[in-house]
Amino acid sequence: MDLLLRGITHRYGATEVLSDIDLAVGEGEIVCIIGPSGCGKSTLLRFIGGLERPDEGEVLLSGPVPAGSLNPLTYVFQDFALLPWRSVEANVSLVLEDHAMSGREREEIIADVLARTGLSEFRKALPRQLSGGMKQRVAIARALSVRPAVMLMDEPLSALDSQTRELLMDDLVDLWQRERFTACYVTHNLAEAVRLGHRIVVLSRRPGRIRRIVEIDRDLGDRGPGDSELDAVQRELWQLLRDEARAADREIADGVA
Amino acid sequence: MASLEGSQAAGPALNDAGGGAASATDGVLRPVPYRGGGFRPVPVRFVGLFVFVALIALWEAGSRSGVISNLVLPAPSEAFEAFRYLVESGQLWRHLSASLQRLVIGWTLGMSLGVAVGLMIGLFSLARAGVLPLVSALFPIPKIALLPLFVIWFGIGEGSKVATILFGSFFPTVIATYGGVDNVDRTLVRMGQSFGLSWWSIVRKIILPGAMPAILSGCRISASIAIILLVAAEMIGAEYGVGAYILMAGSLFATDQLLAGVAILSVLGLVVSWLIGKAEAWLLGWRG
Ligand SMILES: Nc1ncnc2c1ncn2[C@@H]1O[C@H](COP(=O)(O)OP(=O)(O)O)[C@@H](O)[C@H]1O
Ligand SMILES: [Mg+2]
Repeated sequence: MDLLLRGITHRYGATEVLSDIDLAVGEGEIVCIIGPSGCGKSTLLRFIGGLERPDEGEVLLSGPVPAGSLNPLTYVFQDFALLPWRSVEANVSLVLEDHAMSGREREEIIADVLARTGLSEFRKALPRQLSGGMKQRVAIARALSVRPAVMLMDEPLSALDSQTRELLMDDLVDLWQRERFTACYVTHNLAEAVRLGHRIVVLSRRPGRIRRIVEIDRDLGDRGPGDSELDAVQRELWQLLRDEARAADREIADGVA
Repeated sequence: MASLEGSQAAGPALNDAGGGAASATDGVLRPVPYRGGGFRPVPVRFVGLFVFVALIALWEAGSRSGVISNLVLPAPSEAFEAFRYLVESGQLWRHLSASLQRLVIGWTLGMSLGVAVGLMIGLFSLARAGVLPLVSALFPIPKIALLPLFVIWFGIGEGSKVATILFGSFFPTVIATYGGVDNVDRTLVRMGQSFGLSWWSIVRKIILPGAMPAILSGCRISASIAIILLVAAEMIGAEYGVGAYILMAGSLFATDQLLAGVAILSVLGLVVSWLIGKAEAWLLGWRG
């Protein structure tokens, strides 16, 4: 299933947030979206996920929804969005309970995704007992359980410390190599973008427009820290973003971030 | 850290060689003054009980020695005597069961309706716009002032008594519930929507548990109000009931009985508060 954005423009009140965004996301591809804070990255992701409607333009899906996908467009949130009163397995169960399936099937899916994210021994734990990295793994397990066609990830690693972030990036790479999932991955961290993105979309400051799309051919599995080619890309991205970021930083916020 | 330990082991003579922080002064090591602590009451057992017992003992001693006149305040032992008579004559259970019945029915109905209306105000713009001003206007009215109206509407029997307690516990519950719904983390609701959960699932599995802490603290308030209103409600021609017993004792100036009745209400309040504490531990265990 492919994703197509056409001419997306949006205003909140008088402020234009996004301006004329055209983008296509192919199957099995991870597209990273970067840009200075407040440029509309989260807003764009909400449009893609159907949580909000843009003023102009449209988000289109092409191709059939993969068989067995319960929630084709599935979010992973920056702040995990786990229900604090539910255990790890019950948090995963939550998103399956509204679908017609037997208790056995549900149990199997839960056991499977928890095994795939290395959480099997934490089944009964409550979110407050888990570290940030573990919580985000639960959120990823929950997303996987509905067999998404496209994962919409809004700064999924930004709330984590840098070591945990490295670990989870490795996990995501492993996961992608096994399952070839499609993802829109919003981040402000350039290292994450060059590590995980097949293509990197650079947005300008508000109103967000596409400034450049950088493609990285290197297979995800071959990208490691300290890779000179990736470092060069990262520097190039930083050149593009620096002035935008500085200008965005000096703007007076007139809405919620 | 290492240099401090080093100079400690070597003694003052070698301080300069150690070069640690301690050598800045005359070589006397002293601990960093502790400035933390406080502002955080921890549970201390039996102190409450001790204060209670001591106060009663003091009071009893005062009465026996004549410092406290019997006319002003009867001794605790006299109030206890009245209570014992109440138990032995079998009246206690009669009064208590009548009161408990009113309390349970009125409070349960008030709570359920309150939670339902609070949820509606929290969830629907129209309900908020239409009902919230009404709630704000009616909440501060002392329900006691409405007693005559309740008698006309619901009759002199159980109806008016239950209605008083119902109205009293309804309003605080509404306000606590909609406040709780407002405070539910919106990203959790968004998460539910993004996974395609049904509206009813989101309300039942995300909003209601998220508002539960607020609902339960509303519960505490409404339970206390219900007990307060019990006495008022039993002013309306009740034959039995703890409130009726207190009122009767009051009108006869039987202060020992009056105190016994008040103590029963007090204990009732303690028991209810303990039960709600249990419910909190059970329903809100996830907060740790
Ligand atoms: N619901 C909203 N109402 C009004 N303004 C909003 C809303 N959501 C976001 N904004 C504004 O839109 C801009 C883009 O926000 P966002 O998409 O969150 O940026 P980013 O994720 O790139 O940091 C910001 O200036 C923000 O204040
Ligand atoms: Mg954002």
